[in-house]
Amino acid sequence: MSTVFLALQTNEDTRPIIEAILQDNPSAVVDEQPAMVKINADGRLVVRRETIEEITGRAYDLQELQVNMITMSGNLDQTDDEITLFWKS
Amino acid sequence: MDMQVAKKKLGLKERYSVMTRGLDWTPSYQKMEDIYPYIAYEGIKIHDWDKWEDPFRLTMDAYWKYQAEKERKLYAIIDAFNQNNGHLNVTDARYINTVKLFISGISPLEYVAHRGFAHAGRAFPGPGPRVACLMQSLDEIRHAQTQVHAISNYNKYYNGMHDFHHMHDRVWFLSVPKSFFDDAITAGPFEFMVSIGFSFEYVLTNLLFVPFVSGAAYNGDMGTMTFGFSAQSDEARHMTLGLEVIKFILEQDPANVPIVQRWIDKWTWRGYRVLTLVAMMMDYMLPKRTMSWKEAWEVYFEENGGALFKDLARYGIKMPKCAEQIALEKDHLSHQAWSTFYNYAAAANFHTWMPDEDEMAWLSAKYPNSFDKHYRPRYEFWREQAAKGNRFYNKTLPMLCQTCQIPMLFTEPGDPTKICYREVDYKGDKYHFCSDHCKEIFEHEPEKYVQAWLPVHQIYQGNCFPEGTDPTVEGFDALGAVLKYYNLEHGRDNLDFDISEDKKNFAEWRGQATKNI
Repeated sequence: MSTVFLALQTNEDTRPIIEAILQDNPSAVVDEQPAMVKINADGRLVVRRETIEEITGRAYDLQELQVNMITMSGNLDQTDDEITLFWKS
Repeated sequence: MDMQVAKKKLGLKERYSVMTRGLDWTPSYQKMEDIYPYIAYEGIKIHDWDKWEDPFRLTMDAYWKYQAEKERKLYAIIDAFNQNNGHLNVTDARYINTVKLFISGISPLEYVAHRGFAHAGRAFPGPGPRVACLMQSLDEIRHAQTQVHAISNYNKYYNGMHDFHHMHDRVWFLSVPKSFFDDAITAGPFEFMVSIGFSFEYVLTNLLFVPFVSGAAYNGDMGTMTFGFSAQSDEARHMTLGLEVIKFILEQDPANVPIVQRWIDKWTWRGYRVLTLVAMMMDYMLPKRTMSWKEAWEVYFEENGGALFKDLARYGIKMPKCAEQIALEKDHLSHQAWSTFYNYAAAANFHTWMPDEDEMAWLSAKYPNSFDKHYRPRYEFWREQAAKGNRFYNKTLPMLCQTCQIPMLFTEPGDPTKICYREVDYKGDKYHFCSDHCKEIFEHEPEKYVQAWLPVHQIYQGNCFPEGTDPTVEGFDALGAVLKYYNLEHGRDNLDFDISEDKKNFAEWRGQATKNI
């Protein structure tokens, strides 16, 4: 499978999100760059609202991620509960 | 007693549906083809506009909320950067030349992108793409504005940025990015979406923004880093839109596939040629390098673009064939570009220099197959000549490619010792090209590209001197007159960094910041 990735700004907002992504995606690998965290995964990467809420202890709207995203690769699908990045082949 | 019950909110999918398709209506007293006159002539067939769905399902109400938050963050940081004399914290003053390149070469394109997406959005009958184009159009004008605001602080202290928009419309090398976008906005709405939305935003934008922004971060430029990241947060949405556009068009009708493939081939090449400026910035202009152009190309195009085209193969879309030539050029592109700017430094709005010993060693390590053999000896010779007082500024105007408008500086694929020339005869005139790909683009649409405003031709025709100039007087200084037309001051805005006012001022101001004088 091809690699999908999501790159986020390095800051306090994204720290629990990155933690949640690593919990939910066993194939995810973190690549820390200046001011930017790039998370690579094999074929598929899921960002789950519930996991972020468990870590932060507050309600989280996945659209808040709009503020801290840098770039991504893969097809995307967003619902109230999940953002999924994936390749179909 | 009244119980407070939280009102059930609409889910994301329902809200998206209500706020896009739900706001649309079917016209009753005007014909669809009169309202949307540009939708048929490119040959793209769309059967069901409602099949379009923004994968982020972002609606205008949420858009305003998050954009406002981005702006508040950005301007707080710009204020802090300026109040703290942040410009004196950059690695060294050579770095500021990348900012000059950005404000005169890239920021005006953001504004044109704003117009382009407003126009494309208006042209589409479907509410889904219309709303997505509206958001992107607003994003692009925000980028133009925030970049002008952030960089205006540099303009207070350093040369070459004082009239960036005037320069964008006139300076020879700035016609490269300018004509690229002019080409895109004068295409039909579908081609515009494939050119900018897909080929530029999805396939190539990582190569523009990520190196610029992490380059700024590496070199202590918090202002540029912040507007870069703020813009980039929109860029992630643009990339998603770009990919959605392609999938939507391809799924609508199999007859769309060959049309889209031609556009992808054309615009990947056109975009890549513009990125020549970025390649040179990454390998030569950042005092502290992030990664080489070649490495960036391998990560963001070969690896990531490879995954993308593998995914699109199910529609019958193939990797653009220009990728083969680009792979051959990746060892040479930045070196050939920087050599050219070093030659023409008298006519540019930024300063040039020869890499020092450490930088040469870095280039050798990053380009083991090409640097020591082809470029190091050239640089050492030029450096020697400059040290002897023989610094040569080329004042002979170069031949330009009719399509990409870059001087003929690229070499034959596979032979870095021979300049690549191609030509075409069309209606009694001869047209010149830097490559087979630029030649093919011309041959497919000659009536468009014969109209190109080529800076060198325009100078020779006498169209690039201040009004009232008489080029026939004895001892006429053509370069001087052209620089006046560009609104550049000779000896201050151009030539080598070593003799520049920027270098002198930066050293003095940094000294003042650290000593009690």
